[in-house]
Amino acid sequence: MKTNYYITKDGVLRRKENTVYFIDKTEQRALPIQKIYAIYAYGNLSFTSGVVSYLAKNGVPIHFFNSYGFYEGSLYPRETLVSGDATIKQAEHYLDGERRSILAKLFVEGAAKNILRNLNYYSKDTNSLTSYIEKIEHELGQLPGYTTIPQIMSVEGHIRDFYYSALDCIFPAEFQIGERVKRPPNNKTNTLLSFGNSLMYATVLSEIYNTQLNPTISFLHEPFERRFSLSLDVAEIFKPIIVDRVIFKLINKNMLDETDFSGDIGNMLLSESGRKKFLQEYHERLSRTIEHKGLGREVSYQRLIRLELYKLVKHVLGTQKYKPLVMWW
Amino acid sequence: MISHTDVKVTGTQINYYFICTTKLWLFSHHIQMEKESDEVSMGKHIHETSYERTKKNIIIDDVIAVDFIKKHDGIEIHDVKKSRKMEVAHRWQLLYYLYYLKQRGVSAIGVLDYPLLKKKEILHLGDSEERELEKLIQEILALVSSQMPSPMKRPLCKKCSYYEFCFGGE
Repeated sequence: MKTNYYITKDGVLRRKENTVYFIDKTEQRALPIQKIYAIYAYGNLSFTSGVVSYLAKNGVPIHFFNSYGFYEGSLYPRETLVSGDATIKQAEHYLDGERRSILAKLFVEGAAKNILRNLNYYSKDTNSLTSYIEKIEHELGQLPGYTTIPQIMSVEGHIRDFYYSALDCIFPAEFQIGERVKRPPNNKTNTLLSFGNSLMYATVLSEIYNTQLNPTISFLHEPFERRFSLSLDVAEIFKPIIVDRVIFKLINKNMLDETDFSGDIGNMLLSESGRKKFLQEYHERLSRTIEHKGLGREVSYQRLIRLELYKLVKHVLGTQKYKPLVMWW
Repeated sequence: MISHTDVKVTGTQINYYFICTTKLWLFSHHIQMEKESDEVSMGKHIHETSYERTKKNIIIDDVIAVDFIKKHDGIEIHDVKKSRKMEVAHRWQLLYYLYYLKQRGVSAIGVLDYPLLKKKEILHLGDSEERELEKLIQEILALVSSQMPSPMKRPLCKKCSYYEFCFGGE
C-alpha cells in the first residue's frame, strides 16, 4: 500500500541509488519509492534534480505549502493517463452553460448535504442548531431555480456562512470563527480551516492525476481562478467529510494548546507541533475505511475521492449521471 | 472482404471483446486505469522471465504485438498467457494475429504458451475463422463508435482494473 508522506521540517530531499532520502541536521530518513503516493512539504525543502526526475518517473507529486499552510504549488509529474475523448467531453461540459450549471449545482448540493450531516450530528445535543439547519435547507431548496454560476456560487456562500455561525454555537469561545477570514486567517479556527482546505485541495489534485480528467477544466469554480480548479470543485464535497471533522476532533477533544499556534492575533500560524497534530489526524482520517455497498469491499476515505472522480468521468462520457457523494455512514 | 489498410483493430481489442464490451469501449477510448494491481505486475513478470533467450515483444504496425516468433518449417507466432481462464479470448486474439499477417502475405501458425501450466496449444487459421474474424472486426468498430455500454456486474469484475470505475458510483 502506498502512503502519503508529510514533511514538516526543513531539509533536503535526495536520491541515492534507487531510494529517496529526507536529510536534515538530525536524521536521514529513507522513503521507499514503491511506498510513496504523494509528498506534502511544509518546511523549506531543497531537492536535487535527481530526486525530482525520479519522483516524476514514478508518478509521485510533491505539494508545497508556505508557512501559513497555504498551497503554493505542486511538482506534478507528466500525465500518463491521457484520453483525448475524455478531455474533449470534459471541455464540452464546461462550454455548454446548461451542462456546466448541472455539474456546478451538484457540487454545491453534495457539499451542502455533507455539511447538514455534520450539523445534524451535533444537533442532538444543541437545539440552537435547528434554525441554522433550516436556513441551509432553505438555501438548498433554492438551488434548482438557479442557472448562472454567480447565483450558484452565492448559494454556496450563504450555506457556508450559516454553517460557520452554527459551528460557533458549539465551539468554545477560544475557537469561535466569527467571520471567515482567509488571507491571512485572523483566529484559530480560521487558521485551521485554511490549513485543512489547502491540504484537501492538494489531496484531490493527487487523485485527479490518476484519472483522465484534466485538472484545469472546472465547473463550479472558474478555470482561470487557479491553475487546477477542478480540484477546488471536488474538494467542496470532501471538506465537510474530512477537513471539518478533523477540526471538530482537534477542538472538541482539546488537543490544541497555545504552543500549537504562533504569531500575534491577526497573523495566526500553526506552529510545527500544531501542523504535526493536524497532519496526523488528517492522515488518520484519509486512511480510515468504510464498507462500500456497490463494491462490496472496504474503501478508504482517500479512495472515495478517486471514486468520485470516476463518477465524473462517467458523467462527461454520458454513461451515468453524476451524483455527489453524501456520507451514508 | 475488408481492406487491411483501414482496419485498425488491435489484438487487445479482440481479446477484450470476449471478456467485456465495457472494458473494450473504455480501453478503446484511452480510459485506462493506473497500473498498480498485482495481476498486472504478475503478467509483466511472466513476460520478463519466460523465454529469456528469445527476442520478445515484436510490434507490427502498432496494431498487433506478438510475444515472440519462431521459425521451424514455417513461421510460429507465440503468445504467452498466465492461465487458461480466458481461453476463448486468447484464441481469437492469436487467430487475429494470423489473419492480420495473412493480409500482408505472411502465412503462419499460432502457439499459445502457458508457461506456468507447462502447456501449449497450436492454432491454425481456416476459412471459417477468417469469416468469423471479419464479422468480429465490424462488431468491434461499431461498438467503439457508439455510446459506452453500461457495465454489468459478473464474478470476473472483481479482479478487473475497471471494477471501481464501473461500480464505485453505486
